[in-house]
Amino acid sequence: MSFLSYLINGISLGSIYAIIALGYTMVYGIARMLNFAHGDIIMVGGFAIFTAVSTMGLSPLIGILVGVVVCTVLGVVIETVAYRPLRGASSLAVLITAIGVSYLLQNIALLVFGSNARQFTSVVNVPSLKLAGGQLSISGVTLVTIVTCIVIMLALTTFIKKTKIGQAMLAVSEDKGAATLMGINVNRTIAVTFAIGSALAAVAGALLCSTYPSLTPYTGSMPGIKAFVAAVFGGIGSIPGALIGGVILGVIENLSKAYISSQLSDAIVFAVLIVVLLVRPTGILGKKINEKV
Amino acid sequence: MAMLEVKNLGILFGGLKAVDNFNVTIEKGQLYGLIGPNGAGKTTVFNLLTGVYKPDNGSIHLDGVNITGKKTIEINQEGIARTFQNIRLFKELSVLDNVKAGLHNHHPYSTLEGIFRLPRYFKVEKEMNEKAMELLKVFDLDKECEYKASNLPYGKQRKLEIARALATDPKLLLLDEPAAGMNPNETAELMKTIRFVRDNFDMTILLIEHDMKLVSGICERLTVLNFGQVLTQGETSEVLNDKRVITAYLGE
Amino acid sequence: MKKNKVLIQDLITYGIVFLMWGLVLLMETTGSMTSLLRGLLVPLCIYAILAISLNLTVGILGELSLGHAGFMCVGAFSGAFFTRCMEGAIPGVGLRFFLALILGAVVAGIFGILIGIPVLRLKGDYLAIVTLAFGEIIKNLINVMYVGRDASGFHFSIKDTTSLGLDETGVVIIKGAQGITGTPRAATFTIGMVLLLITLFIVLNLMHSRTGRAIMAIRDNRIAAESIGIHITKYKLMAFSISAALAGVAGVVYAHSLSTLAATSNNFGYNKSIMILVFVVLGGLGNIRGSMIAAIVLTALPELLRGLNDYRMLIYAIVLIVMMLFNSSPKAIEMRGVLMEKFRHKKSAEKEAA
Repeated sequence: MSFLSYLINGISLGSIYAIIALGYTMVYGIARMLNFAHGDIIMVGGFAIFTAVSTMGLSPLIGILVGVVVCTVLGVVIETVAYRPLRGASSLAVLITAIGVSYLLQNIALLVFGSNARQFTSVVNVPSLKLAGGQLSISGVTLVTIVTCIVIMLALTTFIKKTKIGQAMLAVSEDKGAATLMGINVNRTIAVTFAIGSALAAVAGALLCSTYPSLTPYTGSMPGIKAFVAAVFGGIGSIPGALIGGVILGVIENLSKAYISSQLSDAIVFAVLIVVLLVRPTGILGKKINEKV
Repeated sequence: MAMLEVKNLGILFGGLKAVDNFNVTIEKGQLYGLIGPNGAGKTTVFNLLTGVYKPDNGSIHLDGVNITGKKTIEINQEGIARTFQNIRLFKELSVLDNVKAGLHNHHPYSTLEGIFRLPRYFKVEKEMNEKAMELLKVFDLDKECEYKASNLPYGKQRKLEIARALATDPKLLLLDEPAAGMNPNETAELMKTIRFVRDNFDMTILLIEHDMKLVSGICERLTVLNFGQVLTQGETSEVLNDKRVITAYLGE
Repeated sequence: MKKNKVLIQDLITYGIVFLMWGLVLLMETTGSMTSLLRGLLVPLCIYAILAISLNLTVGILGELSLGHAGFMCVGAFSGAFFTRCMEGAIPGVGLRFFLALILGAVVAGIFGILIGIPVLRLKGDYLAIVTLAFGEIIKNLINVMYVGRDASGFHFSIKDTTSLGLDETGVVIIKGAQGITGTPRAATFTIGMVLLLITLFIVLNLMHSRTGRAIMAIRDNRIAAESIGIHITKYKLMAFSISAALAGVAGVVYAHSLSTLAATSNNFGYNKSIMILVFVVLGGLGNIRGSMIAAIVLTALPELLRGLNDYRMLIYAIVLIVMMLFNSSPKAIEMRGVLMEKFRHKKSAEKEAA
């Protein structure tokens, strides 16, 4: 039974990775950039919810809403101020700028909230589920996380398939130049992508901090990097890929924590990334792109 | 023996025959033109000849040596050098260093000799500088030798690319649209330079070009490619008067 | 003509190092050296070496590595392990340290080759994230490594000290997350300066040689480099492993400036790699002198202006973003071009008027 509970916790952790990975994968697919600061947006979302719920005493649901709004605005501002001017610059320049933004967010949080860990009160009030005569207990957070992840995946897929802006996102990811010629506002489409990715980051932040309640300015960076690993694993640019990659990664991490070594679990996750990239550089569901000579 | 002997060359891109049953024989010292409408597969032929793509069938012999399926680097060492349709210079390097990079394999010294500045470093670097300046003079680039390559005007960038290719001491030089983007004066000058290179470097040259004035002015023989297949080949004047060629370019 | 220009530029770079050295000696003799500043001297050399060596990968080879601290970590641990093991065999601390430096460079260089072979096949962002992954793996592996020695030889474990199964003569050398203790603190400012000069010598001479030209040609246009017969993998690996070996040297110096060496996120994590990258970017990609100066200034300033320390990383971050926007955004480049053009016109107009 303990294996089953490790597995379910792994799926739950993986669901969080998958939600974060969506932000990476959409932005990478459309703007061709690795938004290194995405993980730190999760942290900002965490602090926004923490301030709303624990400091101001608002209800958890409003807290999440505040987090979503803050992160969405933040995502769009970052895109407009830091990334948009670099459209067409080398990928090295864009990545270094993103690293700068990541540092900026961490250090602003450090100045505002200090380096001491805050105790995050869970925003999920769902009773845990007891199965097999009480031998297997699944916590409320775990259940909510998995369900939220599935709902988000379905909603996002429908959004891209059915709405005009979703179709525009697809077009921009295929060919920016052609999309512009078809009358699509590329900058606006990219901004919308950042907005959606950042809003999802806030949700991920709420779920992450409810599962692991200690909140610091560095809370987002490691899950952020692992979620990027998940996005690469599943195939960058692919939404189902983010789900598959995230869940597989979460399960690998939790099982290796349980059965191999808790200190080595990160190393194992990264080793998986390296193996995947070497065997199949485009990930499980990714497309191959050739350079034209 | 022919300098370049290509037999039955072909490649498939996902089922599409990009180049099919391509044959050509180029004699030593010839100035040979490869023409055809856009998308006919001309650059693909260059990419096959230089090992960027591996052919699915056929054979390529350079000066009697079978180079079919070899890697780009090996093919360059066997004696094929090229320029690119979209100029590919080492942008951040100086004009001189671009040519010196081309001399890489012919004037070697080890990395350690370079780091510790052993005598051979100075000797070989001196040789390289002299050889490179000699080449730059041919293309009238010697005064700009210290410029960053990306700061050269367009026409001179094209010339620098040819100089760099020549630095590798090839037997066969492939030029991919050397006159693209040049004005009539620049093109006329380029024609002179190409002829000069052929005569003074004893070079065999195969070039892709759309500028018919250049093609009829300097090419001795032509091959016309259409939909990946050879439409016709032969003496320049014959080929250019062929009705099928005119139809291929202008349509029925 | 051109050669002399390069030579003069290189001499200026060496001159800056000697100037700094002289300044420190002067402060020592006049007694104006504070203990705070003295404590900074060795780290300054370490960071300068790290920045120069990373510039070889990022600026000269053009591949973004986020795992430089990993190579430093490999050098630090192999060097410290060697000095601790050879305590009996080689009593002289200086000689042991010297051999440790060479060993650290070699081991880190080998790691550079082993990691480079798979990693350098990837491009851009993928390469960056995989080097980050390797750096983290190295740190994590060292954290679970236990090595001890007794009469019967070396014992390894990845669990704890008891599972090493040492007899009563046994000594534990690497204690997992607690690392290595008792390394002699042999690293001095003089040694650091000499190593910095050697690093400069290697990197600058490499850059201005046939090998360096090949490496930069690959950076500027891989396909063209291949077409003129330059062996891509060979030169990429060479640049990557030399860069790793030099980081290894910095690691050995680091290990010998502390009495306890542990692989934490602070000293060998990816944040450290990013900090070194900040030095390189601010100093200028491919600009060796710039990255050295950036490393020295950005290490010394916040320490000396204590009040600034809280804002140090914040300032780094803002400067990093502004620099990138100013240097790389197409609009800014265009604007600078226009300004230059105007300036030139003005000058020539003045000339004509005169």
